[in-house]
Amino acid sequence: MKRIIDYCKPFAGMLTLMLCIKFIGTMMDLVIPYLLGYILDEVVPAKQIAPVFFWGGMMVLCALVAVFSNIFANRRIARISTDVVKKIRSDMFDKILSLSASQTDSFTVPSLVARMSSDTYSIHNMLNMTFRAGVRAPILLLGGILITLFIEPVLSLTLIAILPLMAIIVIYVSKKGIRLFKTKQKKVDRMVEKVRDTFTGIRVIKALSQVDHEKDSFGEINSDLSHSEEKANVTMAITPATVTLCLNLGMTAVVLLGAIRVQSGHATPGQILSFTSYFTIILNATLVLTRIFIAYSRGAASAERLSEVLDEKKDLVVLPPTEAEENGAFLEFRNVTFSYNKNIPTVENISFCLNKGGTLGIIGGTGSGKSTLIQLLMRFYDPDEGSILLEGRDLRTIPAAELKKCFGVIFQNDFLMADTLRENVSFGRQIDESDLKAAAESAQALSFIEALEDGFDYALTTKGSNLSGGQRQRVLISRALAGDPEILILDDASSALDYKTDACLRTALRENYKNTTKIVVAQRISSIRDADLILVLEHGKICGMGTDEELSESCEIYREIAQSQMGEMQL
Amino acid sequence: MNRGFSNTRYNPEDDKQQARRYQGPNVFLRLSKYLLAFRWTGLLAMLLVVAANVLALLGPYLSGKAIDAIHFDSVTKTANVDFPTVYRYCAYMVLFYLLSAGLSYIRSLVMTRFSQKITRRIRSESYNKLLSLPVAYFDKLQAGDVISRLSYDIDTINTSLTGDLVQILTSLITVTGAFVMMVSISWKMLLVFLITVPMSIFVTIKRSRMVRPLFRKRSAALGALNGYTEEILSGSKTIKAYGKEEEFARRYGVQNAQASEAYFMADYQAATIGPSVNFINNLSMAIISVAGACLFISGSMSFGAISAFILYGRKFSGPINEFSNILADLQSLRSASERVFTLMDEDPELPDDPDAVALTDVKGEIEFRNVKFSYVPEKEIIHGLSLKVPAGKTVAIVGPTGGGKTTIVNLLMRFYDRDSGVILLDGIPINKICRDDLRKAYTMVLQETWLMGGTVAENIAYGKKGATREEIEEAAKRAGIHKFILSLPKGYDTRMEDGGLNISKGQKQLLTIARSMLSDAKMLILDEATSNVDTRTEIKIEKAMLKLMEGKTCFVIAHRLSTVKNADMIMVVRDGDVVETGTHRSLLEQNGFYAELYRSQYV
Repeated sequence: MKRIIDYCKPFAGMLTLMLCIKFIGTMMDLVIPYLLGYILDEVVPAKQIAPVFFWGGMMVLCALVAVFSNIFANRRIARISTDVVKKIRSDMFDKILSLSASQTDSFTVPSLVARMSSDTYSIHNMLNMTFRAGVRAPILLLGGILITLFIEPVLSLTLIAILPLMAIIVIYVSKKGIRLFKTKQKKVDRMVEKVRDTFTGIRVIKALSQVDHEKDSFGEINSDLSHSEEKANVTMAITPATVTLCLNLGMTAVVLLGAIRVQSGHATPGQILSFTSYFTIILNATLVLTRIFIAYSRGAASAERLSEVLDEKKDLVVLPPTEAEENGAFLEFRNVTFSYNKNIPTVENISFCLNKGGTLGIIGGTGSGKSTLIQLLMRFYDPDEGSILLEGRDLRTIPAAELKKCFGVIFQNDFLMADTLRENVSFGRQIDESDLKAAAESAQALSFIEALEDGFDYALTTKGSNLSGGQRQRVLISRALAGDPEILILDDASSALDYKTDACLRTALRENYKNTTKIVVAQRISSIRDADLILVLEHGKICGMGTDEELSESCEIYREIAQSQMGEMQL
Repeated sequence: MNRGFSNTRYNPEDDKQQARRYQGPNVFLRLSKYLLAFRWTGLLAMLLVVAANVLALLGPYLSGKAIDAIHFDSVTKTANVDFPTVYRYCAYMVLFYLLSAGLSYIRSLVMTRFSQKITRRIRSESYNKLLSLPVAYFDKLQAGDVISRLSYDIDTINTSLTGDLVQILTSLITVTGAFVMMVSISWKMLLVFLITVPMSIFVTIKRSRMVRPLFRKRSAALGALNGYTEEILSGSKTIKAYGKEEEFARRYGVQNAQASEAYFMADYQAATIGPSVNFINNLSMAIISVAGACLFISGSMSFGAISAFILYGRKFSGPINEFSNILADLQSLRSASERVFTLMDEDPELPDDPDAVALTDVKGEIEFRNVKFSYVPEKEIIHGLSLKVPAGKTVAIVGPTGGGKTTIVNLLMRFYDRDSGVILLDGIPINKICRDDLRKAYTMVLQETWLMGGTVAENIAYGKKGATREEIEEAAKRAGIHKFILSLPKGYDTRMEDGGLNISKGQKQLLTIARSMLSDAKMLILDEATSNVDTRTEIKIEKAMLKLMEGKTCFVIAHRLSTVKNADMIMVVRDGDVVETGTHRSLLEQNGFYAELYRSQYV
């Protein structure tokens, strides 16, 4: 909650001004009934027309002031709460993009999506509610109590004595409510997860005729969500009911005590009577306040969830630069060990050196840790042990921006967005048309792109679903090449390409990207055979390292892999 | 040349976006159907609201009685309190207030339940509808936008229903009461309302007309923003890899500003409704008091009548004020409902033909007869494909990427329907077969692995209801993934949370292979089923794969020609045409396109 207040601070001046204007508007709304009473009680009995019109005119004047000040303030307040939420959203977005991979993993993407959407709405609602009704209700409450103090202090104190009890109830219930609303938001996470799953898996769901299963499973999540919301709302409903009860009982006490005080000559029935009319104002104001508290509880729960993200400490900090080692190697892994769950190492004791412009091939079984090496090289994670050196500098000492500039990369299942091909390839970088074309040509994508009616302006649908698998991969390769990177990483980037295209791609890379250091993760020996250095991974360990020729001699597993693919030659 | 942020997304000024506007029947009528569906809960809630309002009048009555019993002689300044009466009424008050608090709490319970029932149903119906949509729809819509509909829009409906319904009912009761009282006092004074009430109505209607499109824009813009958020967050790894966080944050900023502006504009215009109507009410008060004073001075009305009339007048105008606020709220309700209903109104997959047959005993013979197909009109992908696959045989579909291989699968499974020609299964045209039965006749392993949010075991069992743990483990063993699963934190009960587990694509593929091993479908589609599995593992599971294929009609799409050479028939597809068919051997002998492809593997 503190964070949300911090976000409001820059608007404090404007907000105060608006609340003052709202205060004026509220006062006008109170003055009008007073004038009405005055006309009835004082002016009309005098039976003179002119004063009637005068005071009637005053009423209209007050009404005008009220309407203009309220509209003005409401609009400004809407602006402020929108701006606050806009800032929160954009800070959240920045923060999320700056989270490290393991931080993102632990939040999970669906939860982050829910926090960006559902939670920011409830904060918006809270702000609107608080700013709009947050002036009138407290003024009426305080004003009402103040006036009753003037009417009869002792009776008023009876009423005031109840206020702490009410405060305790409100605070207690709100605390409980915040927890319940937080639980509810967690269920929203699950709903988001389900919908995202449905989008990616719709073909499988339909193919396996699991539509009913999915319906049931969503139904469960849905009713879970709705029940937890019901529970939170039902809990919050305690506040208005008990607060009203407290006030009403207090009022009963006032009547009772009033009777005694009238009897003893300390009060008059008239005072008690006017007490009741102010009591109505106090009661209504309190009810509005409880509504604000409900919105507050919702908002506070969401604020906590946002703060969890915003307060996340910067992971993968950049260490102060150290003296670069001069050992000649462009890239070096030195005894690198890493584990995702900090339990069983995913990769263990990896060491190798690679020269600039060289090609590294990584091959190995499913789950042998190939992609993990790539993630470590890109510093998505830091190794648990050992170090990675780029041009003799420890990866941890290189500023992120500088490091990321080196790479052109294609992951498994990489990301295409609903935008033009041009945007998907240039990916926010300044890349001119000729470079774009050159990259696409090397990636074997230019021919199909140019065959499209719109060429590079062809609009992709979400996830590039209007391209074939092989086309998608070639667009991704174009993206990686377009920045003319120092290091090109192809993580199983050609699995959807037929051999012929793959072969053309390899030739193009060899000829057009001579100075680029290439790291190729592949299943096919043919993709990495020409590499200067080939790593053979098995269960996270290097079990063979060298050129194709060397490995064919020395490495049993490499031979096995080769054989499993060579077999097809013999037929 | 970087052309900046292109405009394929939501743009508030873009008229084309308006084309997908809600076109169904009246939104409120449609909503009322949901209200009626839970009419008994609703009715109970309404009764409780009425009861609570009546009780609200009783409280002051009781306290009035108690105060009346406090007699005070203002001349002698002596009090004579009738304590028994005071005590009695105070006791009544305590009793009554307890009752009233209990009642109002119950009212909240029932009201919450009522609105949650409705919300739940609307949400489920929307999601169920989503599932019934053709696959093509999912390629067009953004997940984040649907999430926005299911959360923000349905929440808006929920809040409006609870808040506004109670409000409308309460106001109606008060207005009717006050109106009756005013008519009985002075119909002449009522003439004032003849001016101001239409004024209020006019202002409200005019304003709400004005805010309606703004609320529509707001809902749409928020949906677009969430669509964008979801999309970009899905690709955050790539963005980080290229160090483009700032650029995408900037783009997000553009979307964020648009959505915020849309949000603000709706609020900005709606902010005038309340105060304006309030102003008209205050105006009417001023007119009434002046007119009343004139009537009193001219002697045609008593003083008491004026003050009573004004009292009721205020009671009358209060709810009208509320109404106008509700009307503004109803606009956001309307736009939110429109978005939800638009989703519900999307065309589902064509219903099964009325004379569609149920499949019993599938043999698995497939025939394509002169099938033509295009995703986009006039861009034909498949030009007159004819092909016959006898039951139990394996057909391999090979060819360059983008040639139409996956399209053939889409047609077989009826994810898309062919434009012309016929596809027959066991001699029955597939569009005359119940879609569910047709799909159940296949099992498939796709290149795009898909696992759902549940546990590993659930994921394998997906597709075969009630599979035992033994069966699941057996399938996993055959797929060569059993050991890996055991190494997971909770073995088969490990949850496959998004991103939480680092399961490689290859492992995922093995899981989906295990999944299909559990199925007893007669036809099998392998679309690059082992493209992410390393070749040694592939050889290890080869036997299992062969077993999986045994007795099934198989469609194998693969680039690795090694996986297809044993097929009974190989179909070479290029640019949507079958250019060659035959066995591996005969195709090599032909020395055509296939032979060229095959040799290119070993360049």
